[in-house]
Amino acid sequence: MTTSVIAARVKQKQIAQLISRGKRLDGRGLTDYRETQLEAGVIERAEGSARVRLGKTEVMVGVKIEVGEPFTDIPNEGVLTVNAELVPLASPTFEPGPPDENSIELARVVDRGIRESKAIDLGKLCLVPGKKVFVIFVDVYVLNYDGNLIDASAIASLAALLNTKLFNYEVEDGEVKIKPGYTQLPIKNHPITVTFAKIKDKLIMDPSLEEEQVMDARLTITIEKDGKICAMQKGGQGHFTIQQVMDAVRTAQGKVEELRKIVVGG
Amino acid sequence: MPRKKIEKLINKNGVRIDGRKLDELRPMKIEVGVLGNADGSAYIQQGKTKVLAAVYGPHEVHPRHLALPDRAVLRCRYHMAPFSVEERKSPAPSRREMEISKVIREALDPAVFVEYYPRTSVDIFTEVLQADGGTRCASLTAASLALADAGIPMRDLVVACAAGKVEGLLVLDLSDPEDKVGEADVPVAFMANLNAITLLQMDGMLTIDEFEQVVNLALQGCKQIYALQKEALKSKYVVVKEEVKE
Repeated sequence: MTTSVIAARVKQKQIAQLISRGKRLDGRGLTDYRETQLEAGVIERAEGSARVRLGKTEVMVGVKIEVGEPFTDIPNEGVLTVNAELVPLASPTFEPGPPDENSIELARVVDRGIRESKAIDLGKLCLVPGKKVFVIFVDVYVLNYDGNLIDASAIASLAALLNTKLFNYEVEDGEVKIKPGYTQLPIKNHPITVTFAKIKDKLIMDPSLEEEQVMDARLTITIEKDGKICAMQKGGQGHFTIQQVMDAVRTAQGKVEELRKIVVGG
Repeated sequence: MPRKKIEKLINKNGVRIDGRKLDELRPMKIEVGVLGNADGSAYIQQGKTKVLAAVYGPHEVHPRHLALPDRAVLRCRYHMAPFSVEERKSPAPSRREMEISKVIREALDPAVFVEYYPRTSVDIFTEVLQADGGTRCASLTAASLALADAGIPMRDLVVACAAGKVEGLLVLDLSDPEDKVGEADVPVAFMANLNAITLLQMDGMLTIDEFEQVVNLALQGCKQIYALQKEALKSKYVVVKEEVKE
């Protein structure tokens, strides 16, 4: 057995012992988030952008808007596309190349929260029914990886969308003409994502990288503004009992308001 | 937005468009050991959804640097045949397929005694031959049978089933039209003897109370399918026994 395997087991034991006493390596309580800093509008070229620091985890999101074609089965709605890049400069474990399953899962979990809560009013983004609609590209760019990329990316994505400007336009004979000036992208819901790690039958919020490395399983819950659940994703190799899932859901519901204030304000 | 007008999926007596009750599974057929080359295999038919699963291993890991010193590597590919859906699907793996491959692998991992086979890999392949909703769950149910058929030691069979909300009502085992129009879909995988949920996803919109009911409904479905799974596994080996007797 290599040293790394033994080291991981020793570490897991230590972290688990701390957690069983209600403590964590960095001094947080089990349901405390790391300090969250949010800066919106950091990239002038993008229609919307935000940079989030969750402890040492750092994520930037840029929103670009183009005119494109709608999906054939929903011809009267704009299109939302979420992509995530685990940029090599963010961690020694990230490698250049096409998106791997981790970045795809990250993008799809963020996407699900925005889509299922109907955060963007896509019905207002149709230009020529069946032909031309606005396509919203949300690109998640991970800059420093220290655990819990999902929550950091979801916060940054919502903040970037709230900051997104839509250019004015005019439709003439089926052609879209861009006019000077901007309006706000129509946003009608604020999904907030909360991730738990399960370590030896205890649930902790906002796992750091060290905690993620030793966790048994992960559960991500997205809650929209009226307190309904709009997306969920279990990850990791372990399992949950139904009681643990319901505990997590209720704890999450108590937590989202605190996080929503950071993104949406007061 | 004027979506295509679809007839009601559930009538006022609580009967669904395919004649099922709200908490009723689709008719199922499960077979074990259906492929010649694979170490283990299974076929499942759940309504119109048809899925094949095969397991190869434990065998040497390629490329070798992926091998782990203290456990087997579990690898999983969920894939849909180009002809499995209404409009031909490109055979290249989509982002959706890559995500589902990951969550299926993570749902099977807790069941397998991976520590018995260090430095090896167990490869799980599932092919959706026809899709009519619930393909990830059917794939998981079949994959765990294929693992058992390959003789790989497991803590329990993993069984998966979805439940959700359609036209305001909570329903079990959504078909494709129900999933498309419905308000929420919650796929769940479960190890019945260990009371362990190993896959849980959700999209849609549910209150916390509704969510709890939906998960419990899905677990009920899982328990029913679990009985069918065991039956299918036994029936293969009972036949073998009789052959030996002759």
